[in-house]
Amino acid sequence: MDAAMNRAMRAVAPLAPFTAAALAAALLFAAFLAAQGFEAPEALGLVVEGAFGSAFAWQNTLARAAPLMLTALCVALPARAGLVIIGGEGALALGALAAAMVPSLTAGWPALPVQLLMALAGFVAGGAWIAASAWLRHVRGINETISSLLLSYIGIALFNFLVEGVLRDPASLNKPSTPPLPDAVLIGPLPGLEVHWGLVWGVLACAAAWFLLRRTVFGFSVAVVGGNPRAALMAGLPVGALLIAACFLGGGAAGVAGMLEVAAVHGSANASLLAGYGYAGILVSFAARHNPLGIVAGAILVGGIGASGSLLQRRLDLPDAAVLVLQGALFVALLAFETLNRKGARRV
Amino acid sequence: MAQTRFSAGRRDILRILGSGAAASALPFGIGLAGAADKLVVGVIYVGPRDDFGYNQAQAQAVAALKKMPGVKVVEEEKVPETVAVQKTMEAMINQDKATLIFATSFGYFDPHVLKMAEKYPNVRFAHCGGLWTAGKHPKNVGSFFGYIDECQYLDGIAAASASKSKKLGFIAAKPIPQVLRNINAFLLGARSVDPKATVKVIFTGDWSLPVKEAEAANSLIDQGVDVLTCHVDSPKVIVETAERRGVYSCGYHASQAKLAPKGYLTGAEWDWQTPYTQIVKATLDGKPMVNFLRGGLKDGFVKPSPFGPAVSAEAKKKSEAVKAAMLKGDFPIFKGPLLDNTGKTVIAAGKVLGQQDPLLESMNYLVDGVIGQV
Amino acid sequence: MSETTDGLAFGSLVLALLGGALRVSTPFLFVSLGECITEKSGRINLGLEGTLVLGAMGGYGVSLLTGSPWLGVLAAGLCGVLMGLLHGGLCSLPKVNDIAVGIALMLFGTGLAFFLGKPLIQPQAPMLPSVELGAWSDNEQVRSALRINLLLPVGLALAGLLHWAFRASRWGLALRLVGDNAAAARALGYPVVPIRIGATAAGGFLAGVGGAFLSLYYPGSWNEGLSSGQGLMAVALVIFARWSPLRCALAALLFGAAGALGPALQSQGITAGYYLFNAAPYVLTLALMAASWTPGQTLAGAPGELSFTQR
Repeated sequence: MDAAMNRAMRAVAPLAPFTAAALAAALLFAAFLAAQGFEAPEALGLVVEGAFGSAFAWQNTLARAAPLMLTALCVALPARAGLVIIGGEGALALGALAAAMVPSLTAGWPALPVQLLMALAGFVAGGAWIAASAWLRHVRGINETISSLLLSYIGIALFNFLVEGVLRDPASLNKPSTPPLPDAVLIGPLPGLEVHWGLVWGVLACAAAWFLLRRTVFGFSVAVVGGNPRAALMAGLPVGALLIAACFLGGGAAGVAGMLEVAAVHGSANASLLAGYGYAGILVSFAARHNPLGIVAGAILVGGIGASGSLLQRRLDLPDAAVLVLQGALFVALLAFETLNRKGARRV
Repeated sequence: MAQTRFSAGRRDILRILGSGAAASALPFGIGLAGAADKLVVGVIYVGPRDDFGYNQAQAQAVAALKKMPGVKVVEEEKVPETVAVQKTMEAMINQDKATLIFATSFGYFDPHVLKMAEKYPNVRFAHCGGLWTAGKHPKNVGSFFGYIDECQYLDGIAAASASKSKKLGFIAAKPIPQVLRNINAFLLGARSVDPKATVKVIFTGDWSLPVKEAEAANSLIDQGVDVLTCHVDSPKVIVETAERRGVYSCGYHASQAKLAPKGYLTGAEWDWQTPYTQIVKATLDGKPMVNFLRGGLKDGFVKPSPFGPAVSAEAKKKSEAVKAAMLKGDFPIFKGPLLDNTGKTVIAAGKVLGQQDPLLESMNYLVDGVIGQV
Repeated sequence: MSETTDGLAFGSLVLALLGGALRVSTPFLFVSLGECITEKSGRINLGLEGTLVLGAMGGYGVSLLTGSPWLGVLAAGLCGVLMGLLHGGLCSLPKVNDIAVGIALMLFGTGLAFFLGKPLIQPQAPMLPSVELGAWSDNEQVRSALRINLLLPVGLALAGLLHWAFRASRWGLALRLVGDNAAAARALGYPVVPIRIGATAAGGFLAGVGGAFLSLYYPGSWNEGLSSGQGLMAVALVIFARWSPLRCALAALLFGAAGALGPALQSQGITAGYYLFNAAPYVLTLALMAASWTPGQTLAGAPGELSFTQR
């Protein structure tokens, strides 16, 4: 009896910091709104309603969460190797572009191989871009945080240059885009839902990442490199290759997120898909402490708060930035309440 | 226009029904609210409503809508051109019972508005800037836009008259047809005053980049430009920078005269109230959705800003004369022979392109006299 | 305008780059110097982007309210101090990761600034005055390139001061000790946590001032697109400059000049590929790092306690 209680409490304990943080953030947010003259309790109610209060709300939340799961992996996987990568936006853009160009090279092929090839192209393009940061770190010792950020900006500039230049579809007059994908290749919604298959891909990717990191030799090696590089070297692990591999996988995830935006949402590559998913993914990953399973929950949370923003604007006339304040407060609170967590937290 | 997923045949923009306001041939029933209920109109902005520019011009028209009896407006701003806008439209339809949605950013059209229009055939979607095509796009969608290049032409007249160096500057976001049309009209207006006037153009790359816009403004002024105008979402920074450097400016989207009391010559403003009220009235009266709505000065879709203190009497007279001709519908801006700035003939001699000509909607050149590349 | 400007296209370009260096570099200068102080104490503050934006908004608002742009600058600095204290305080809790806190505060600060700054988009606040260093020339371009704000020389002087302080003053050495070896600092009786929080607050102050420059001088307006990652880039510049205040100043100037390249080339008529030219600062920084860093040397000069260096 006692043992069961103990086990139950231990299982729930990790949720304690999260619940405390959520409450603290909600209180902070409410106080902030009240000080501005807004109806705080109603606002909080709308946040919950807009995020999780109806089937429509859930679909809105999940639709927004889908790309975040993948872009968060772009931070989580390198983080396991001890690297802080913040260049997911660039990887997403180049992955999207690569994927968008595949159909024009495979005209007449059946749909499924084209889609797989698009995913592969997105994966490779995004992966290569982030792996470049790891490579620069390994051979020149360049700090990967800056290099990934710089490469992200450069990647986005390249994306815009190509989409508005040589890869532009001449018929895409006022919205420069690559040639539109054939209908057959587009990725549709999940049966009965308004959310596209990207959600499933995201969840599967997170599950696969978790399995890879926690249950395989590769994952273990990556963790050793991340935790203690000297020990890794002494144990004879190929540190450079592992760093590059971890970053390639993470960047690949972001690249696939880009491919999904092209194939499931926009139908071609254009500037509208640069919507900050890469940056939001950084937040999700850090909030989930880089745990791929936690990322699924984190993405849903961030997506949910974003979804509620619409309701807050329309019902209470709150500015769109209210959602940013809440997200920021929530993550500040989450990090503060990490101290409540008894288990030793990882450095990164 | 990007190909949509609804066309079976070949895209052909020349099949667009031509005249100013084409209504769809078949009246179709929409679920009108009963007489006691208000018409709920949803408005979606891509940026902040008070940006002194594009979104503000839309919001000004919406303010007029709010005063209409029997109309209730719900608004949402800063909605990106992704899945988010689809969800916003759905939320307005499902939660707020909106039956008319104004999607005010160009990028919303394909695929977002089109997708929602298919899903909700009883809701009307009015899109700003798009190119609705019969047979390709659903009948409950309409696109409206204004021929603001007419006001840019008038700006050009004022600019060339006030300029001493005869070097004019244009700061633009991206070289898309709607922007190129403005740049070209500005030059043509300037050249009608001084055939040697030139327009230097700088593209910043995106619709709202204040630091780049300020840099571009300073760069141009350093090169001897003494009148600036622009096509970016918020002309505030450019007009203020021009004023600080002591050069003239012409505004865009809305009036920035307050920001440049000395140097503001005139501006090209939208008067979205005209198409907005037209579309809302059609909905209230149960008339069919207006599918393709275009208008210029004559139709009250655009208007020039009042002249600033630096505009000479002569310039005013010239401008008013051209404006009078435009109001009669008697003043085509784009007519041949017209060369682009690489020497190619883009409009043959003797050919005249009326404002509604679909060729103008796919403009991809800068006319001779504009310094810059597409 | 004068015909000579047209003829001397290259000279014109150089002037444009100089002007860019002097104009655009100031926010980078302040933020990177602030981050330099913070990182010397062993903490990394990625939240300076949010601090910069909050400072910009706060400064603009106070300038509007009081009519004095310099009071605005001060207010911006105070906003920065508050954000810095928040960051420092949070990070001093056990087991809290400072990179994560920085990212969270970046979001929080930006959200707060946008929320509170809504009523500030329309009105025009009084701007900081210019100093005409180029008054001796009658070439408009020279005059405009040399038109600077007092904050620039203040920032450069600050870089020199910090350089000296880190080497020779008691405070500077204490700070470095705290950042290099917290245990040793504690053993010597230095209060590690308060020093770190103080350093973060000081960094926040400077970042806020950098933000005020953006909204009160150049571009001189408050709107939500004001900073496009400048705070984050400035933090990157500190690492690029290997934690030396003088090199930070140089890096900021270089970055500012590179940022002016795109518009300058376009105004000379070279418009093709403007996206790529606009990416010049990033390419330049990356190229310089690739050329000048070597694996062994990289972290030489890095404070020992910085979480980056703990691998």
